[in-house]
Amino acid sequence: MAGLNPLEHRQYAHCESGVVTALLRCHNLDLSEPMVFGITGGLTFAYIPFIKMTNMPIVSYRMIPGSIIKGAVKNLDVRFNTKRYRDKEEALAELIVLVDQGEIVGLQTSVYWLPYFPPEMRFQFNAHNLIIYGREGEEFLVSDPVFEHTVRIKAEDLQNARFARGTLAPKGFIYYPVLVNTCIDLREAIRKSIKRTVHMMLYAPVPFIGIKGIHYLARRIGRLNVHKDLRDIRLFLGHIVRMQEEIGTGGGGFRFMYAAFLQEAGHILESVHLGEASRMMTEAGDMWRQFALGCAKACKSRTADFDVEDIARLVKKCAIQEKLVYSLLKTSLIQ
Amino acid sequence: MKISEVPQDDTKTMHGEKKAVYAVDDQGRYMQTTTKGWEAEEIVLNQVISEFEEKAREATIRAKNNETSPIEYFMYKNWMDPLTLAQAMGLYRWQVKRHFKPGVFKKLDNKILEAYARLFKVSVDELINFPRGN
Repeated sequence: MAGLNPLEHRQYAHCESGVVTALLRCHNLDLSEPMVFGITGGLTFAYIPFIKMTNMPIVSYRMIPGSIIKGAVKNLDVRFNTKRYRDKEEALAELIVLVDQGEIVGLQTSVYWLPYFPPEMRFQFNAHNLIIYGREGEEFLVSDPVFEHTVRIKAEDLQNARFARGTLAPKGFIYYPVLVNTCIDLREAIRKSIKRTVHMMLYAPVPFIGIKGIHYLARRIGRLNVHKDLRDIRLFLGHIVRMQEEIGTGGGGFRFMYAAFLQEAGHILESVHLGEASRMMTEAGDMWRQFALGCAKACKSRTADFDVEDIARLVKKCAIQEKLVYSLLKTSLIQ
Repeated sequence: MKISEVPQDDTKTMHGEKKAVYAVDDQGRYMQTTTKGWEAEEIVLNQVISEFEEKAREATIRAKNNETSPIEYFMYKNWMDPLTLAQAMGLYRWQVKRHFKPGVFKKLDNKILEAYARLFKVSVDELINFPRGN
């Protein structure tokens, strides 16, 4: 732990990329959040109608929780100590030892049990990441990447949050870097990760991931029957938008964050194509926001005076635009 | 999205907090900036909350008529459905649904009641005395 920089709290757009960015900075690797998000391959699209959470299909704009940490191991040559626990007391005891030694650690938690979250946000969401950087008596010092300021949490509340049950149960998951390669060749890592993201978005072998997944969602929306279950339709559209905007996506379902990554990558690789791809991805983000607005209007209207086909067209536009982005990225990386 | 286009709708659910977002400046350079919330986001969040509130209201009436147990009310009050509640409790959905039956609920042992009360962040008394206590 010698040479660990003190934690400097900053606000980030997304919890997992924020925690990893902050932890790496403590270990002398100073990358931006979009760089960490992009290089670890955080972007995706998935619409999985047959897996439901709270009775709603999975719609995801980013990779599953935990993949940014895994991506940092794979693409940034970072070695983490990670551990999940069966025994709550053991988890707390080990956390206290680590923190008292001066270690700065990431934890997976459930927002339902975090008292400093606004009550409206306290859903059963078990994959929220935060940093513990110290302890004062019974309280831990928390740097939560989606909040403006640092907060404190009682050991009891933290225990509840770390050992919440259900989908993606954290099981006390703790992680902190032990070996960070500060001389990493970013150029190679960037190329590799963009290739992987492009491949997934263009050629996923299943119809519910990537561009195909976006078209799939568009078709599903276009076929909704507004004369039948208006209430269910509104809830479905609202759900898609919540997945797009909630708990720190940086807006536009992570598309703006990825566009920021592409811009930075373009400077590092001295590629005008990446700059252009960034600009186009920004447009895709704007289109996702148009779609969100369309859905929100439909949710608000008292009558069935919205056209699901109009909304479906907005999603389709996103798919077409994103396909252009990935195709450009593909050709520019081959050169 | 340009920095000037970042929504600043000062929505209630943000409680005056700000969130970080990425947007481009006039030269097209990406910057981190903040948002005070977006109306569209507020609409869809309130939608799901009012949905749960409505279900909680219905459950209150049914609990008063002895048609359901307090568990159903507290489940909706804490924005869960039977499956999420079952997962959070480490039970099966059919078990949770069974606990909705007033007759079954009355016979639940204290350990289970305590686990429910802990999850709902109320005391066991508050749980079993609902809705009379309110």
